[in-house]
Amino acid sequence: MDWLDVVIILVKVVVCFLLLNLLLAVVVWAERKVIADMQSRIGPNRAGPYGLLQSIADGLKLFTKEDIFPLSADRIVYPIAPIISAVPAFLAFTVVPFGNMLSIGHRHITLQIADINVGLLFFLAMGSIAVYGVALAGWSSGSKYPLIGAVRSSAQMISYEIAMGLSVIPVVLYAGTLSTRGIVLAQQHMWFIGAQIPSFLIYLIAGVAECNRAPFDLPEAETELVAGFHTEYSGIKFMLFFMAEYMHIVTISAIAVTLFFGGWMGPHPNFLVPLWGVLWFLGKTAAFVFLFYWVRASFPRLRYDQLMNVGWKFLIPIGMAWIPISAAVHIFDIRRVVLVGAGVIVGIIVLSLVLPTKKPEVLTEEEAKTTA
Amino acid sequence: MTLFIVFGALALGAAVAMVFQRNAVHAALLLVLNLLAVAVLFLSLGAEFLFASQIIVYAGAIVVLFLFVIMLLGVDRSEVVLEHTPFQRRQIALGAVSALVLIGAAAPVLGSKTLTAKLPAIPKTFGSAQSIGTVLFQTYLLPFELTGLLLLVATIGILMLAKKKPR
Repeated sequence: MDWLDVVIILVKVVVCFLLLNLLLAVVVWAERKVIADMQSRIGPNRAGPYGLLQSIADGLKLFTKEDIFPLSADRIVYPIAPIISAVPAFLAFTVVPFGNMLSIGHRHITLQIADINVGLLFFLAMGSIAVYGVALAGWSSGSKYPLIGAVRSSAQMISYEIAMGLSVIPVVLYAGTLSTRGIVLAQQHMWFIGAQIPSFLIYLIAGVAECNRAPFDLPEAETELVAGFHTEYSGIKFMLFFMAEYMHIVTISAIAVTLFFGGWMGPHPNFLVPLWGVLWFLGKTAAFVFLFYWVRASFPRLRYDQLMNVGWKFLIPIGMAWIPISAAVHIFDIRRVVLVGAGVIVGIIVLSLVLPTKKPEVLTEEEAKTTA
Repeated sequence: MTLFIVFGALALGAAVAMVFQRNAVHAALLLVLNLLAVAVLFLSLGAEFLFASQIIVYAGAIVVLFLFVIMLLGVDRSEVVLEHTPFQRRQIALGAVSALVLIGAAAPVLGSKTLTAKLPAIPKTFGSAQSIGTVLFQTYLLPFELTGLLLLVATIGILMLAKKKPR
C-alpha cells in the first residue's frame, strides 16, 4: 500500500460521507412530500422550489437552537449517547457495495468504502451497537418517558436482530461468502430474491422494526411516551438521533438491495459502465426507501404484545425452518421452484401451529400486518 | 504492534476502571469499551470473523441485557452502592492476593525475551469463518453439540421456572 492508496481511501470516505449527508436531506424531504401526498396534503413548500431546501433549513435551525442539558441528566452519558447512536449508523454503510470497479490507468478502485471479508457480520454488529445509543439516551435523560421508550426500544431491537440474523443466513449459504461484494457477484445469473422470498420478507419486516419505524415505532409512540428515548434532547444532539434514524433506513434498504436484488447489477449501455452500476444501485435503494414511507403511511402502530409475538412466534420460527430447507436445496440441487413451494408449505404449517393459541380477534389483525 | 499497545492498554484501562466504578451503568459501559478494544485486538491479528462475533455476541447482546436489567431494577441509585459490605471487603482482599500471585507466576515469562521468538507465525486462515467452521463442525463436533444441548437445557429450565403455576 503506497501513499496513493491511502489518498484513494481518504477520498472515498470523505466523498461518501458528504454525499450521504446530502442524501439524508433528500430522504427526509422526500418522506415529507410522499407522506403528504398520501394524506392529501402539500407538504413542505416554502423553502426553495417544491420545498427542496426544507431539510437544510431545518438542519441550520437545529444547529443554532439552544442545547438544553436537563439537571437530572447523567453528566457523561447524556452527551455521548447521540454520538453512539449516529456513528454506527454511518459506519454500517462502509460495507455497502454501491458499484463494481472504477479503473483509472492500471489502478482498480472498488466502489465500496471497505470490502472486508465479513462485511455482512460487520453490518449486523453495527446494528447491535446502535441499541446502545437508544438505551443510554433513555437512561441518561433522568426522566421517565425516555426510560420507558428506551427499554421498549432495546427489547424490540434485540428481538428483531435475531430475526434479521436468521434471514441473511440462507443468502450467505447460497453465496458462499460473508463479503457483501462477494454476495453481489454471486447474483450474476439470478438475483437471490428468486429463491429467497421468505428470507426477504423476514429481512424486510425485521428491518422496519430495527429502524423503529411505523408500524413498529413503539419506542417513540408520541401518544403514550411524548417522543420516547429522545424526549429530553434538543438542538444538535436531537439532530444526531434524527440523522441516525434516516441513515439506518438508507443502510437497511441498501443491504436489502445487496442481498436480494443484485446490488449494482442491471442492464446498461456499454459506456461509462461503473457509473451505470451506481445509478442502478441508487434506483433500487430509492425504491426500498419509498417502501418505508409507504408502510408508514399505510399501517397503524402495533400493540406491544403484538410486536413481541410477531418477532418471536412468527418471524423467528419461519426463519429457522427456512434455513435447513434452503441448505437442503442448495446441496441436493433441486429446482428453485420446489424451494418456493416448500417455503409456502412451511409457512402454512408454522402459521397453523402458532395462531390457534391466541384469541381470534387478535389473530386476524396480527396476520394482516405480518403478511403485508 | 502499535495497534496492540494502544488497544491493549485501552482494554486494560477500561477493565480496571470498570472494577473501580461505583455507578453500575458507567461500569457496564466501560465493560463495553473493554470488549470493543479486545475486538480490535482480534482484528489486528487478522481474525475478522472473531472481531465481528465479539461485537455481536458480547457487546451487542450480553452487555445490552446487563444494561437492561440495571435500568429495569434501578440498581444505579447511589445509596445502594455507597458502602462496602464485609463480604465485599473480603472479596477485594482475595482479588488483590490472587492478582499478585498471578503476576508473580507470569513475571519470569514476561521478563524473558524468548517468549516472542518461540511463537509460530500466525497462519493465513487464522480466525476466518472457514477455519472456525471446520474446527466447530468437524474436529470438535460432539463437544460443540453437547454445549448446545447444555444451553438448551438451561433455556428449558428458565421456562419452567418462569411459568405460572396453574391454580
